[in-house]
Amino acid sequence: MDALKNKLPPIGQLGPFIALAIACAFFAITTDRFFSPENLSLILQQVMVVGVIAIGQTLIILTAGIDLSCGMVMALGSIVMTKFAADLGLPTPIAVLCGVGVTALFGLTNGLLVTRIKLPPFIVTLGTFNIAFAITQLYSNAQTVTDVPDAMTWLGNTFPLGGAAVSYGVVLMVLLYLGAWFWLRETGAGRHVYAVGNSPEATRLVGIPTERVLLGVYVLAGVFYGIASLLSVARTGVGDPNAGQTENLDAITAVVLGGTSLFGGRGVILGSLAGAVVVGVLRNGLTLMGVSSVYQVLVTGILVIVAVTVDQLSRKAAR
Amino acid sequence: MTNPQLVMQAKGLTKRYGQVTALDGADFELRAGEILAVIGDNGAGKSSLIKCLSGATIPDEGDIVLDGKPIHFKNPMDARRVGIETVYQDLAVAPAMTIAENLFLGREVRRSGFLGNVLRMLDKTKMLEQSVARMQDLKVGIRSMTQAVETLSGGQRQCVAVARAAAFAEHVVILDEPTAALGVKEGNMVLELIRRIRDKGLPVILISHNMPHVFEIADRIHVARLGRRAAILNPKKISMSDTVAVMTGAMPPDQIPADCLAH
Repeated sequence: MDALKNKLPPIGQLGPFIALAIACAFFAITTDRFFSPENLSLILQQVMVVGVIAIGQTLIILTAGIDLSCGMVMALGSIVMTKFAADLGLPTPIAVLCGVGVTALFGLTNGLLVTRIKLPPFIVTLGTFNIAFAITQLYSNAQTVTDVPDAMTWLGNTFPLGGAAVSYGVVLMVLLYLGAWFWLRETGAGRHVYAVGNSPEATRLVGIPTERVLLGVYVLAGVFYGIASLLSVARTGVGDPNAGQTENLDAITAVVLGGTSLFGGRGVILGSLAGAVVVGVLRNGLTLMGVSSVYQVLVTGILVIVAVTVDQLSRKAAR
Repeated sequence: MTNPQLVMQAKGLTKRYGQVTALDGADFELRAGEILAVIGDNGAGKSSLIKCLSGATIPDEGDIVLDGKPIHFKNPMDARRVGIETVYQDLAVAPAMTIAENLFLGREVRRSGFLGNVLRMLDKTKMLEQSVARMQDLKVGIRSMTQAVETLSGGQRQCVAVARAAAFAEHVVILDEPTAALGVKEGNMVLELIRRIRDKGLPVILISHNMPHVFEIADRIHVARLGRRAAILNPKKISMSDTVAVMTGAMPPDQIPADCLAH
């Protein structure tokens, strides 16, 4: 029995795929358009922003932290890059870099507050969540930035793939996942992220600079949010000051559904991709069924609690 | 009596924390190939002494000499760099990671060439092979190095931590209460391992509250009391109750029978 248990992947790692299969089956039965190529393309477009945010979020949750500011920071990044291009007339690459710089700066701020002043990540990022939101509204005057250069929305262009239209942004998302997966799995720095989340004391005592690992993770997460900003601009074609509100919880839901433990040190990043797809499928399917968006929020809320409960119970069972 | 080679020596170590004097001119000597137990009541200065030797604290006064060379540790990494490995109580391993990963945590081996230098890819095969070899060398009977440490018993976990220290230590292994919180069988497993480390030629400093364990494996016993070294005892001659008496101060050092002292 024990030998069998060791061979099977923990239930947490299968969870997102089971949930995905159930959701797909459900929507395939209840709606007739769900499995159409156009709809599947649409789901992927919708998933790419949350998906890339979820990479950053996974890194942070692996260190037993959490980032509540991710969606708001992403929105700020997209306002900065679109306004820098539209108002200041900066070339697209520079404007994009500025946007990513701002999100990375927010990551650095979160990281410094967590490592230097030892504040709980939950509180720190709740604070920066509000700060990022306020700056976004102030800087944009709560106005959508519409004058976006074409180059900035290039990642939203699509190419045909087996009847579906896949955007370059989706390809980028998949590449980023593969890169993050490789880094976490095959490099020393990646393994140290797991070690810090799993046992910070043991990690410090073997001489790994745990604070530097943590700080690096928060900055890296900020960079991923910045890339998500660009994808958000590419998908919608505008800089939207009200973006990021659903992405915030969706990204955390994706990570937890994906089997990464909120207690840190356990999880596989590719699970977060599956988790993000589950969230996307749910939102899309519910829309197809004509369910109002308020109920989608309700479902996401319930889903995240169910996923966290499964995580908690499976950890207890493992002990 | 011949004077065996000293591996580590400390003289007049003093450490004050505000009004409290934790170490008050403590001396210390560790010989090649011995297991030296360090015992003492709470507040006797044994943890401060060990912290000075492992680099966790910097003494206010006093000298530490390793293999004849004076050393000044600023942090535990300095101590590790010169070949002193310390296993701290309860905190030694990352439970969700595999045994091989734990053995190489912070000392990962990278692949050679492009994969290692540019992609920073780890050589998992090599680390696994070396883990198997090192654990076999120390006769730690654990079947798979790829299982998570949390699947092991408490004694096996402690063996992983101790084996890691032994594998990387070039000069000294310091073990802080390695058998605390372990059952009889598990404790014996760790004691066996400590003995094998000594037999391979590495001197071991063992901090323990467990008198039977100390008497079972120590070659000499360093008794810390009131921030100093009260005596060095010979566990083959002195009784356990006399040792406790020396430790608590019930038996003044000058009343210890001469043959019970270790030299």
